[in-house]
Amino acid sequence: MNLFNTILIAIRALLRNKMRSFLTVLGIIIGVGAVIAMVAIGEGAKAEVQKSFDKMGTNMLVIRPGATQTGGVRGGGGSASTITWDDVDAVRDEASGVSRVSPQMRMNAQLVGDGQNWSTSVEGVNPDYFEIRAWPIAAGAPFTEADVTAKTKVAVIGGTVADNIYGPGSSPIGSILRINNVPFEIVGLLARKGQSAMGQDSDDVVIIPVTTLASKLQGGLKKYLTGSIYVSASSSATTTLAQNDITALLRSRHKLRDGEDNDFTVNNLADVASARAEGTETMTRLLAGIALVSLLVGGIGIMNIMLVSVTERTREIGLRMAIGAKPGDILVQFVIEAVALSMIGGAVGVGAGVGAAYYLATQFGWATLVQPQIIAVSLGFSAAVGVGFGLYPAYKASRLDPIQALRYE
Amino acid sequence: MADAPILEATDLVKTYTMGDVQVHALRGVSLSVERGEFVAIMGTSGSGKSTLMNILGCLDRPTSGSYSLVGREVAGLDRDELSEIRNQVLGFVFQSFNLLSRTSAIENVELPMIYQGVRRRDRGPRAARALERVGLGKRLDHTPNQLSGGQQQRVAIARAIVTEPKLILADEPTGNLDSKTSLEIMALFQELSRSGITIVLVTHEPDIAMFTDRVVLVRDGKIKSDRRQTATDARAAVDAYVEVEE
Repeated sequence: MNLFNTILIAIRALLRNKMRSFLTVLGIIIGVGAVIAMVAIGEGAKAEVQKSFDKMGTNMLVIRPGATQTGGVRGGGGSASTITWDDVDAVRDEASGVSRVSPQMRMNAQLVGDGQNWSTSVEGVNPDYFEIRAWPIAAGAPFTEADVTAKTKVAVIGGTVADNIYGPGSSPIGSILRINNVPFEIVGLLARKGQSAMGQDSDDVVIIPVTTLASKLQGGLKKYLTGSIYVSASSSATTTLAQNDITALLRSRHKLRDGEDNDFTVNNLADVASARAEGTETMTRLLAGIALVSLLVGGIGIMNIMLVSVTERTREIGLRMAIGAKPGDILVQFVIEAVALSMIGGAVGVGAGVGAAYYLATQFGWATLVQPQIIAVSLGFSAAVGVGFGLYPAYKASRLDPIQALRYE
Repeated sequence: MADAPILEATDLVKTYTMGDVQVHALRGVSLSVERGEFVAIMGTSGSGKSTLMNILGCLDRPTSGSYSLVGREVAGLDRDELSEIRNQVLGFVFQSFNLLSRTSAIENVELPMIYQGVRRRDRGPRAARALERVGLGKRLDHTPNQLSGGQQQRVAIARAIVTEPKLILADEPTGNLDSKTSLEIMALFQELSRSGITIVLVTHEPDIAMFTDRVVLVRDGKIKSDRRQTATDARAAVDAYVEVEE
């Protein structure tokens, strides 16, 4: 009595009751399908979050001044003037694990050009900023270090600004754009980034040299930088190292004693990204957990049907025993029937789950991601459900007394 | 008959306990069947003939006494060993046929060979030969509900003989059949018997018992009589039966 024969017997027995087998399998199909689809949605969301953080620039650190405190009234983060222009150079030259550094000043301004006007945020930076933010130029070229030194009135504009002033599809390179009534020449158009991870329109921006912003749009360069410093670590592995080194460097430059709070913050975007990813991970687990419950219910359905089947086929079991089936053969036969049910359900469920994930992705634009491991896990789990819930009915069948079983009406 | 008996039972006792009541189904039965014999065990319901049949068929174990089948003592074997004996040595025919529903005749006949471990490609031809032998060579793919009662019992007989058992045990094989079909089935048993197969048949109908070579009458858990009849008696029984029918 080999296993192949037993499997054959089990499959034949299932085919004799096609409708019932199908309905039993349905529970497992829905269970496995739900697990696959739910995890695909969760993984897709996670990948999406990861992608949006990658878009913001990899290995990015942001240094902001601390909060002001005037007679017990504290301002928000970045409100104090604690970071000097010299600090920017020191971070670039002295901190280890740092590859690029750029100051960033930000202000809101009214733009006028080509008979249109638009209000947006203007950022003053160094050319390194484009590298730090991993922000390619779609047309034209970024301004240069020479522009920063000479305080040239040149601007690189985002896609949303270009659309609103010059109209979609037009080429604004070389046009004059007035920012708070100061004329700038547009030298570059930023590639579109779309929505940021925080839900803002990344493309609604104008970027100009930081020195130009300070001297031409604001009251000139002073000792303190009223903005942030953007830093990129040389690799994602050195991000934490760079973060610690910058903190130590600025503490010593600001002459902070041990125990004194930092008068600045260094934010590691990788931390934020992983916190976000963890959030979606939790959601994935929750969804998968709910789906697993439905798989379990499917398993109970199998047990129920197998018990009915054992009762209904008592005479068949008696006959099989009379003509030579050992209790073990009967046990294996019924376990295999249960496993076959759950495995068939698992296989169809994988198809249904992948199909659902694909449908959601194409019809509703949801981000879904089906990983091969989850398919393997689902199939393995459904087989385990078959064994787990098939064992008791099979044991019951194998313990039948052939004489009683043959007489059973 | 120089060979050892196919079946030798000595002082078989079977006692059931039902609640507080002890039921003595067998009170010391000794029986020996030689190779090639065609034996009827007769008795009314409650006589103990079914219990005797179950023990002879290795489906049940006696409370005491010894029972050897083709020279092997089986009284003390466990369930797995009994399954193997049933599979290798015995063939069963039941009153209610016990065919697998929605399963073709040939697959039903193949069933005991699956448990014997006969290779797949050998099973089909052997099952087909057995079905031909019982006169169903043209109905290999019919399922039980496409066959008459007599044909279903023929499939069951084919299933019993396909493993070339040492002994066929038939438990009221004509109990669910009309007289004409009963006659045909008994004629088939006689034919099998003449080809050398040993058959033990349980019945409560004297008419059916007449077809055999030897009638063992069981009453109250004991053998009341054990009478051989000649082949001519058996032949006469067929004729008498046919006349009654006509």
